[in-house]
Amino acid sequence: MTFDSLPEIAQSVIRQALDGGATDAECTMSDGEEFSVNVRMGEVETLKEAGSRGAGLRVLIGTRMGSSYTSDLTPDGIRQMVRSAIDLAAFTTADPHIGLPDPDEFGSIKTDLRLFSEDVANLPTDLKIETAKRAEAAALAFDPRITNSEGGSFDCNIGGRVFANSRGFAGAYRWTYCSVSAVPIATLNDSMERDFWYTIARNYAGLEDPEYVGRKAAERAVRRLGAVKVETQRAPIIFEPRVARSLLGNLFEAVEGRAIYREASFLAGKLGEKIADERITLIDDGTIPGLFGSEPFDDEGVPTRRTPVIERGVLKNYLLNTYTARKLGMKTTGNASRGITGNAGIGHGNFFLEAGDKTPEQILRSVKNGFYVTELIGSGVNTVTGDYSRGAVGMWIRDGELAFPVSEVTIASTLQEMLNGVAEIGSDLEFRGSVSAPTIMIGEMTVAGR
Amino acid sequence: MSFSDSFFASRFGITRRNLENYLSDALSRGGDYADLYFEYLATSSISIDESIVKSATQGVSLGVGVRVISGERTGYAYSDDLSPEKIRKAAQVAAMIAAGPAKVEKTSLEEGQKRNLYPVLTAPGDTAFKERVELAQRADKAARAYDSRIFQAQVTYADNLRQVMVATSDGVLTYDRQPLARLSVLALARENGGVPQQGHSGGGGRYELDWFQTERTPEQFAQEAARQAIVQLGAADAPAGEQIVVLGPGWPGVLLHEAVGHGLEADFNRKGVSAFSGRIGQQVASPLCTVVDDGTIGGRRGSLNVDDEGNETQRNVLIENGILRGYLQDKLSSRILGAAATGSGRRESYEHIPMPRMTNTFMLAGESDPQDVIRSVPRGLYCANFAGGQVDITSGNFVFSASESYLIEDGKLTRPVKNATLIGNGPEAMKYVSMVGNDLKLDEGIGVCGKEGQSVPVGVGIPTVRIDRMTVGGTA
Repeated sequence: MTFDSLPEIAQSVIRQALDGGATDAECTMSDGEEFSVNVRMGEVETLKEAGSRGAGLRVLIGTRMGSSYTSDLTPDGIRQMVRSAIDLAAFTTADPHIGLPDPDEFGSIKTDLRLFSEDVANLPTDLKIETAKRAEAAALAFDPRITNSEGGSFDCNIGGRVFANSRGFAGAYRWTYCSVSAVPIATLNDSMERDFWYTIARNYAGLEDPEYVGRKAAERAVRRLGAVKVETQRAPIIFEPRVARSLLGNLFEAVEGRAIYREASFLAGKLGEKIADERITLIDDGTIPGLFGSEPFDDEGVPTRRTPVIERGVLKNYLLNTYTARKLGMKTTGNASRGITGNAGIGHGNFFLEAGDKTPEQILRSVKNGFYVTELIGSGVNTVTGDYSRGAVGMWIRDGELAFPVSEVTIASTLQEMLNGVAEIGSDLEFRGSVSAPTIMIGEMTVAGR
Repeated sequence: MSFSDSFFASRFGITRRNLENYLSDALSRGGDYADLYFEYLATSSISIDESIVKSATQGVSLGVGVRVISGERTGYAYSDDLSPEKIRKAAQVAAMIAAGPAKVEKTSLEEGQKRNLYPVLTAPGDTAFKERVELAQRADKAARAYDSRIFQAQVTYADNLRQVMVATSDGVLTYDRQPLARLSVLALARENGGVPQQGHSGGGGRYELDWFQTERTPEQFAQEAARQAIVQLGAADAPAGEQIVVLGPGWPGVLLHEAVGHGLEADFNRKGVSAFSGRIGQQVASPLCTVVDDGTIGGRRGSLNVDDEGNETQRNVLIENGILRGYLQDKLSSRILGAAATGSGRRESYEHIPMPRMTNTFMLAGESDPQDVIRSVPRGLYCANFAGGQVDITSGNFVFSASESYLIEDGKLTRPVKNATLIGNGPEAMKYVSMVGNDLKLDEGIGVCGKEGQSVPVGVGIPTVRIDRMTVGGTA
């Protein structure tokens, strides 16, 4: 079964659903080919290669909704999926906000998003293995303290999405990506530290050099050696871009429509209010060519767009799908997102914080005593209340320099105070995935240690 | 049950001969070992939000994964199509990891696995959907009735039935039918238009729907979620810095899962990348601590008749009186290390390579009266519930997030404090365990463990435990 045959299956699913009694239906299909190789200590450790397909269906019978999915695309499998969704609709409650988007909302953006690159499909296996080996080898050679490794890896993926509904919308697109990563381990006496680096691109040529990936990962692992716990104190915190992204993840949870209509977000009811320092401008944009959060239409067949979420500190928009928009008396922002197996939830496109004008070095130099955070662990962020408490790893800052490594500490505050307490935004915005942030400095947070 | 009556044989016409041929294909380039993992997963879920049934979903995913091991190398391929030509193609792709002539004799499959830890007669999927809706509705009603300050409740009831069949080139053929059900309740409380607080509860296991009528009712889970939300309304800021911490019984056993469990998975240890690597026989916890991982407890969420590599699960002692005793093995690690199987090879689905994983991980009961444990603390933190945790197995640092905790002052619980993160170092933290209660409790059955992108259901448990030193993250 090829990708080109899927749109026809989707149409047949819609027809069967309507014939079975649905008043409306939408069908999502996915297609994917994955390849991954992990090399450890110079030898191939695992090599995986496979492809899979699936279909998901949502039917409406009046204002009741049923949904189902299957990986069995045989005629029997499809019939069972259609029957399930129709049967299930009887068990849900009639809900006036349920439904497909309004007819004038369907569409697909016309820009060439450059999501697909033919070369990914044709990369020789040897090249993929060699690339993973080069990344790991560079990490192992970087420093004698790099004594071990979880490996170097190369992954690539060719994916496709087909979407059709009973109102006549039909669309399909394909994408590719490949990535290289390295996870070296540094040792000092009895203690070990690991870190990682990676590069991801739509095609092979867009990747950073595997050697760069390996060296960067090794440099990061080595500088963590000899980490200590610091005294419990209040201190300025700098989030490097890789961890600053996680803050954006927290903010996304707080501005997506489901959390808003349920009043389960500290930002519910705050539209139009100043909720952050005026240096904060947070954008969701699914239309930027080549980037990882871009797609021509969302998972309800609505074109993606650029939505300012926070503009100079003022909360401007929530991110909505059709259902949550109707609940809130608003319009969808084209942020419907679903897998094959679920209902339309909410996702983001390229979700990023606009860059500031100071370089990360300038920001670092401005701090006399503070904490430069390079990794966060744990799930201690409550986006209902805004309470923030997470495990952190990084470097202690003394007189504008990274002085010594720190671990086994936590940082705590509230998202409200952090947003208002932003002291600096770096100029170093890079799009490395669908969530992107430059360096962010927060004036003060609680660091708990000894 | 004979092979011909088994699910994949009767439904997809797969024969023993087919399996033997696929294994031969997998080993055609000289691999040392191969296995096939057939999976048919039927899921269903319903959710209630704003007191209405907003979604009802059912689905099916099926496929087969083929693995070939050659030395320390693993080749893997899968197919979501069970036709012979697709399975053979997957076997040939996986076979490429080895390079040479076939060297394994043709496999002759013997059936293993006879016991049944979850004799579920009526699989969840066969129960009328209406009964599931009623369960969820009861939970919604009970959460809202608990207190007038509860203003939102969300209830999800999800169950699935996984049919699996494993055939290995060392001659093992097993099949299993694995039911799993879970009810979860989230409640939001607010007082006088103030900040909302949430409470979460849930449970289940490898049970029939009946279990939710007789053993643990939707009302119990709902009231627990609502109670936690109400407690949070009165919570003060948590203290920051090193404290004496007392863990309550049950779900706080997630400490063991993060602090020691992951670090004892054999893949990390054979590669020497775990903070516990090379420490077998050493003191890694106080002598009061005995920690086991037991996949054989009837009906538990983390239990399995056979693991996802066809080995029977068992009770494995990880730490005995503070001494590190053993690791959790999968097939690859036990081959390389020459270690006995522990029945710990698990995978998320047929698309995934198995790895050593936990099942139900808990600390055995000690001798202290739980009240004495609390009374012994002049000033500290009592953690009754946790939201989850994470570990960096290489440095050994782990965190877990308290979702219900109280200040202890002069041996008494005084007031609730806000959610805080606790952080420690695996091989060190457990050395500070100074009292272990006699009240071992297993969790209610909601745990999901993630490792390298694969999620599997697990259980945890712990008695009341006093830890003399642990860093508490504090709030604001």
